Amino acid sequence: MKFTLSWLKEHLDTAATVDQIVDAMTMAGLEVEGVEDPAAKLAKFTVAKIVEAVQHPNADKLRVCQVDTKDGRLEIVCGAPNARAGLTTIYAPIGAYVPGSGITLEARPVRGVVSNGMLCSAKELGVAEESDGIVELPDSLAVGVSAAEAFGLEAVIDFEVTPNRPDWLGVRGIARDLAAAGLGVLKPDATKPVAGAFPCPIEIKVDGSACPVFAGRLIRGVKNGPSPEWLQRRLVSVGLRPINALVDVTNLISYDRARPLHVYDVAKLTGTVIEARLGREGESVEALDGKTYEMTPEICVIADGSGAIGLGGVMGGESTGCSEATVDVFVESAWFDPIRTAQTGRTTGIVSDAQYRFARTVDPQSCVPGLELATRLILEMCGGETSEVRVAGEAPAAPGPIVFDRSYVRKLAGLEVAAHRVDQILATLGFTGSGNQVIPPTWRRDVEGKADLVEEIARIVGYDKLPAEPLPEMARPPGGVLTLRQRRMRDARRTMAARGYSEAVTWSFTARAKAELFGGGDAALSLANPIASELDTMRPSALPNLVEAAARNANKGFDDAALFEVGPNFRGDQPADQWTAVTALVAPHLPKHWGGGAGDPLFQLKADLLALLDELGAPALQVVQGQASTWWHPGRSARLQLGPKLVIAEFGELHPRILKALDAEGPMLAFEIDLDAIPEPKKKGLKTKAALELSPLMPLRRDFAFLVGAETPAGDLIRPILGADKALIAQARIFDVYQGAGVPEGMKSVAVEVLVQPREKTLTEAEIEGLSGRIVAAAEKAVGAKLRG
Amino acid sequence: MTDLTAMQADLSARVTAAADLAALEAIRVEALGKQGSISELLKSLGKMSPDERREQGPKINGLRDAVAAAVAARKAELEAAELDARLAAERVDLTLPPPPERKGRVHPTMQVLDEMIAVFAEMGFALAEGPDIEDDFHNFTALNFPPKHPAREMHDTFWLPEDANGERKLLRTHTSPVQVRVMQQGQNRSLPAWIAQGQAPPIRVIVPGRVYRSDSDATHTPMFHQLEGLVIDRNIHMGHLKWTLDAFIRRFFESENVGTRFRPHHFPFTEPSAEMDVQCDRSGGSIKIGEGTDFLEILGGGMVHPNVLRNCGLDPDEWQGFAFGLGVDRLGMLKYGVPDLRDTFAADTRWLEHWGFSAFQAPNPATGLS
Repeated sequence: MKFTLSWLKEHLDTAATVDQIVDAMTMAGLEVEGVEDPAAKLAKFTVAKIVEAVQHPNADKLRVCQVDTKDGRLEIVCGAPNARAGLTTIYAPIGAYVPGSGITLEARPVRGVVSNGMLCSAKELGVAEESDGIVELPDSLAVGVSAAEAFGLEAVIDFEVTPNRPDWLGVRGIARDLAAAGLGVLKPDATKPVAGAFPCPIEIKVDGSACPVFAGRLIRGVKNGPSPEWLQRRLVSVGLRPINALVDVTNLISYDRARPLHVYDVAKLTGTVIEARLGREGESVEALDGKTYEMTPEICVIADGSGAIGLGGVMGGESTGCSEATVDVFVESAWFDPIRTAQTGRTTGIVSDAQYRFARTVDPQSCVPGLELATRLILEMCGGETSEVRVAGEAPAAPGPIVFDRSYVRKLAGLEVAAHRVDQILATLGFTGSGNQVIPPTWRRDVEGKADLVEEIARIVGYDKLPAEPLPEMARPPGGVLTLRQRRMRDARRTMAARGYSEAVTWSFTARAKAELFGGGDAALSLANPIASELDTMRPSALPNLVEAAARNANKGFDDAALFEVGPNFRGDQPADQWTAVTALVAPHLPKHWGGGAGDPLFQLKADLLALLDELGAPALQVVQGQASTWWHPGRSARLQLGPKLVIAEFGELHPRILKALDAEGPMLAFEIDLDAIPEPKKKGLKTKAALELSPLMPLRRDFAFLVGAETPAGDLIRPILGADKALIAQARIFDVYQGAGVPEGMKSVAVEVLVQPREKTLTEAEIEGLSGRIVAAAEKAVGAKLRG
Repeated sequence: MTDLTAMQADLSARVTAAADLAALEAIRVEALGKQGSISELLKSLGKMSPDERREQGPKINGLRDAVAAAVAARKAELEAAELDARLAAERVDLTLPPPPERKGRVHPTMQVLDEMIAVFAEMGFALAEGPDIEDDFHNFTALNFPPKHPAREMHDTFWLPEDANGERKLLRTHTSPVQVRVMQQGQNRSLPAWIAQGQAPPIRVIVPGRVYRSDSDATHTPMFHQLEGLVIDRNIHMGHLKWTLDAFIRRFFESENVGTRFRPHHFPFTEPSAEMDVQCDRSGGSIKIGEGTDFLEILGGGMVHPNVLRNCGLDPDEWQGFAFGLGVDRLGMLKYGVPDLRDTFAADTRWLEHWGFSAFQAPNPATGLS
């Protein structure tokens, strides 16, 4: 919403400057977005008078003028044909930047005569697109008056109108709040009703669900034409285009009172009935924007004997609009339902000042006052004779009184405000009532309860006056404020970063086809209004996003990304379908190293995964190969399970088919942990740890080489070995796997180091032999392993 | 009689001349071994008369001690030389690089979130969470956005398709639906434990999370992060909100001198409503917080609207409190000078390495936030 200082002063008696007004608006909740001040651009330009103008000695088209300026009498060379003695015009001093021509003036001779400045045209000043000669101003203007003042240009204040305050869409509403904020006094509304000379010959009918109340009257014998200069200037100042007096009056009142009106050329109406009703299928209206819109039963239309002629509260129709030829005019001042008007705006795409105001709720009591104001202005500008006012329907009921105990201001805002000051603020804002009863004004439909009244008091007193009061002390959870899951997310993030992975935050959505690659893509998770088809489906996994991110990095020349993300994935649209994953991805292309390679990077990834799970407090998990999801390389992927069913993580190399579909160069390694599936450790009252048992006896290490089937998972040896004697065997670790010469075809040799920790006494040779026998027997029983001879 | 003096001279010379440990050992065996020349002399003492023994004993023992000392000294020398030679051979070129490693980083938005959580944890706020896919009730209706109200349009909502019941889920446009989940009394308790359940006042929680708006330019992305705060008690008023936000701003920007401005605004779910601006300087092309005379809007809040309390089953005449919300990504950009919001979600490794944080920079009251 835009307005100027002079417009504001029509309603507010004030001496405040633009800066003071902007500050007061900001502190009263009118968020100023900008002030455009043409005076700033024209600061150096002032009124001057030509005293004498003679032909330039060396140029036919130039004149040498003696000019009275604020800098004294100066000799200025001018090429304009209208530069003549006695002319009041605009002078630019040496050093001034001329906006219309983009030059900065220098004192230099023009064909041998030094020009001590410049006389300017409107185009050179940037205030007109075209101009013929230098500016001609009334003689009454004194030398030295600023150009901005001479042209009547002023600062335009632009601010954001919050949806609760449609009354700010009229300058009078702004003035009222500024008066309450102490910036001046609201001028009384001088609009007096105009008595009608005859009954309104046009009948009005309303359908209450489309248009609850509709006031109108006919003014006959008007002479339409361009509106007066003050009105045109006012409209132009806020970016509106003057059209003709009748239309300009409606636009003025829309911006002055937040009261949209519409005018019909009576000669173009069919019949004598105007009706506001719901649209009918098959009807269409050519609106004033020149476009034709199909009507529906959702839209409020204005109809005459010929059918729909306009969209009520949104835009009038081309067929009945007023032109300079209009003689009899029918003025509409109605109240359209906000929700219906908002919907019509959405479905038709029409953005108009009327639609904007009605959608935000116009004051329902403003129909007749707005009509009276319009009548007065039209009669002043266009003459004519008015009918009586005709009103159909009934305005929605005014809000009822609110019970307001003044001490609630202290209770809710913490602000001490004397009761009389509270009452004074409410009265200035238009609230009425007595005692504890406060009745909001009809233009304040947003005020519904006592909290709203506290806001009125607090914002007018000023939020800067609110005391800053520390929060009361409150018992804290002794174990910190994070839940275990929240701690795990945090620990996962920092563990992964410490292990060389960079944290990515990627969209929660992906393309549907990509979601399908990772087991997602359910129609229920596809957005109805995605921002792009690439981002149209909620992701089943962060993997497609991380693969694409790694590929993007590779395309820029950085093909060794190690990324992770801690974030949500979606199995369905229910709250329980959202799960938290830690997803990591490695493009295993570390730079070449002089010391040689570091082995299969998949095992480095496995190390990172196991270290992370350990950090997160996960119990020991079983590695199950051959059952991982379809997006993994079938031979180079596995699951980590707790028991036979609960899958905690999957890891491995991504399937080349998936990488190809995502346009990524492989190989890429990844894991995904279902953070929510990691069980909580058993609850303990205190944080005491179990006692530490350190045996004073030397542990001993024994190596075993087993022959097992080539397809047998080597890791399956460990659990039976550990189980051979749980008291003595502290650790078993595979340190070599070998196939080839010396090992029978179809077999492999797996070397295991077993750490034996005696507990009570040093073991005898015989005891060690016995233990070895039990280890070998357990390995044989579990996986058919034979000790290698 | 053997010439002990000559023998000592000879052995000493040979010991000194021994070129390596093996030669030295041969000399030692020859002199001091079981059948060594000096050992033989020592054995001969037993056959001597007491007088003779009294005279020869000290001499022979002296010879033995001198030679043994010479051998030990030479052995130490040779061992030192051998170690030196071995170490010289073990020299490596330490100008060579170590094996390549990746520099892991915590994402700046997540770091900033941890910073915010640290500040609010000190004030006693716990964390509450809720789902990203929400229903109309939690995201709008319960928060006093009436159905079809124009205020809903300001949220550029992403919608999911209609389900069999004709209901449409949406992607939450703010973290405020979690306010409802935290406050709402007597709700369905079959949800996963991580989703906030209704709790009885007093309430003091923050709600971090992803939020979604169908909007995209340099300062808007279809997904971003918000942090919501909610305090409900019997006597919490707007002055507490002002203090909380002021204290947060000073702690977050780690400066006592960041000016703030608290001014009225409108949100459907708070009444009175406010926005807070921080003092800044925009003159140099980038925004400097805590300098200059300009202001920049950074968060919004207000007293929880009585209708919201009622919608959650709380009596607004008994309970009142405040709520606020702030943009995590945006505040992080302002604090650390990140220029473009869109880069935040692009996972460019160079960007992450530059703007990200070390794993060990976890915000902590002892070391400060950053």
